[in-house]
Amino acid sequence: MAAPQIVMQARGLVKRYGQVTALDGADFELRAGEILAVIGDNGAGKSSLIKALSGATIPDEGEILLDGRPVHFRNPMEARREGIECCYQDLAVAPAMTIAENLFLGRELRREGVLGNLLRMLDKKKMLEIAVERMADLKVGIRSMTQAVETLSGGQRQCVAVARAAAFARHVVILDEPTAALGVKEGNMVLELIRRVRDKGLPVILISHNMPHVFEIADRIHVARLGRRAAVLNPKRISMSDTVAVMTGAMKPEDIPADCLA
Amino acid sequence: MSTVKDRLPPLSQLGPFIALAVACTVFGLTTDNFFTAANFSLILQQVMVVGVIAIGQTLIVLTAGIDLSCGMLMALGSIVMTKVAQDFGLPTPLAILLGIGATTLFGLLNGLLVTRIKLPPFIVTLGTMNVAFAITQLYSSAQTVTEVPEGMTWLGNTFELAGNPVAYGVVLMVALYLATWFWLRDTASGRHVYAVGNNPEATRLIGIPTDRVLLGVYVLAGLFYGIASLLSVARTGVGDPNGGQTENLDAITAVVLGGTSLFGGRGVVLGTLAGAIVVGVLRNGLTLMGVSSVYQVLITGILVIVAVTVDQLSRKGGR
Repeated sequence: MAAPQIVMQARGLVKRYGQVTALDGADFELRAGEILAVIGDNGAGKSSLIKALSGATIPDEGEILLDGRPVHFRNPMEARREGIECCYQDLAVAPAMTIAENLFLGRELRREGVLGNLLRMLDKKKMLEIAVERMADLKVGIRSMTQAVETLSGGQRQCVAVARAAAFARHVVILDEPTAALGVKEGNMVLELIRRVRDKGLPVILISHNMPHVFEIADRIHVARLGRRAAVLNPKRISMSDTVAVMTGAMKPEDIPADCLA
Repeated sequence: MSTVKDRLPPLSQLGPFIALAVACTVFGLTTDNFFTAANFSLILQQVMVVGVIAIGQTLIVLTAGIDLSCGMLMALGSIVMTKVAQDFGLPTPLAILLGIGATTLFGLLNGLLVTRIKLPPFIVTLGTMNVAFAITQLYSSAQTVTEVPEGMTWLGNTFELAGNPVAYGVVLMVALYLATWFWLRDTASGRHVYAVGNNPEATRLIGIPTDRVLLGVYVLAGLFYGIASLLSVARTGVGDPNGGQTENLDAITAVVLGGTSLFGGRGVVLGTLAGAIVVGVLRNGLTLMGVSSVYQVLITGILVIVAVTVDQLSRKGGR
């Protein structure tokens, strides 16, 4: 069996905030075409890890490799240029703006010719067309891309946020708690969408506290603990309660049966 | 299915036009001279200073901020431009540029304090309001500057349009509104102003330099106040160190009446123009009715509260 292709990798990441060490030599590995869940207690270093991978923070030490090539993101824009799209919990959308505007926020298209070059006029028609096409691609069933995001239900809103990341990512999609604060039905709607994103061939990093959701959808589970990677687990082999035990430290990484690791 | 209700702008955006219609009807019925071309020409001239200040104020309110210094900066600008022309005999264009430069610099100061030190705009501009007022008084020795070069009052002149007098300054005001409207509506940087007001954290995480957007908004607002300084000199023919006091609140009133949400991220700059005209019509109509200016202040105050209430209720209901 050929070794799995590694899309994104991090080695020995360290991040300190004053006296607090948020990342203490964390490793990370994302394979092509997988959904990798990242779980961990509060303060385990999972948000610092995600921030480092998405350019929202600069690690003090360690290296990040994208397709085996070292990258140094100084801000989220640079990560985006490399095709890494991130969707943050509760913070992903501008409610009073339309769905199409939200999809294109920060990557607006200008008109051709004088109107675009001189007056910097936006090509709203083209952005709308692409928005309709990309959302149809992801099978997000929302009738009008010109309605304000605040007119949508919580689940639909979250779908827009996920689609925002997925529609433009070429490399990696990072989702931070996409199903938090959603009802069962709406949560499932978002999980379905995440599966479709993976099936399009994009690897997904999913940060979640919701164990049933993690076990339902993840191909592998990265457990963060005390600023490091405690283990990478196979959700098809290990139980939910053992996973929580690894996460809280009740089960030592060396005590995990070898076939449960991934 | 999209219904007619979906297509109608929300109540907060129709508000200024409803208020305008009501005010015009009342004044048209109760006074003789209200519905005359000459009177409307006068109202627009009275509105042009507040109108241009209110453009800058709209930009700041769209980012969920507020600028309490707007009127005082306008007064500072008009004192600087008239005084340097009078005292040093500087050429008029240079004097105008210095005046506009002073207000723009204060805009930059407001912006830096808001973005770098992360102070609330309310407190920052409360401070700069007083600083600007004091500088204006000190620099002018609290004296009105009466020697104003002709070039500085040109915008107050009128030309005939279909037999009605129109001030050049009014044309400038309308042009500035249209330009700002286009910028906010049809360019990426304009949309980013809305995004920052809507959800600053998301906008930052998306990778838009939110601090640069905010700083730009405050500087631009300062520039608009400077242009308003010139219009004020043109309209009154003097540099008035005590100017800007009614304009300060009237500009905020115009923005709020115009349907821009104080919570940021929602509003249309053309609504502000309507709001400014409502304020102008009220002041003019009440004067024609012989109502004392204290009642004008009273009515403006009540109007602001009503407008803010509509904003708050429509925000809750629109969830």
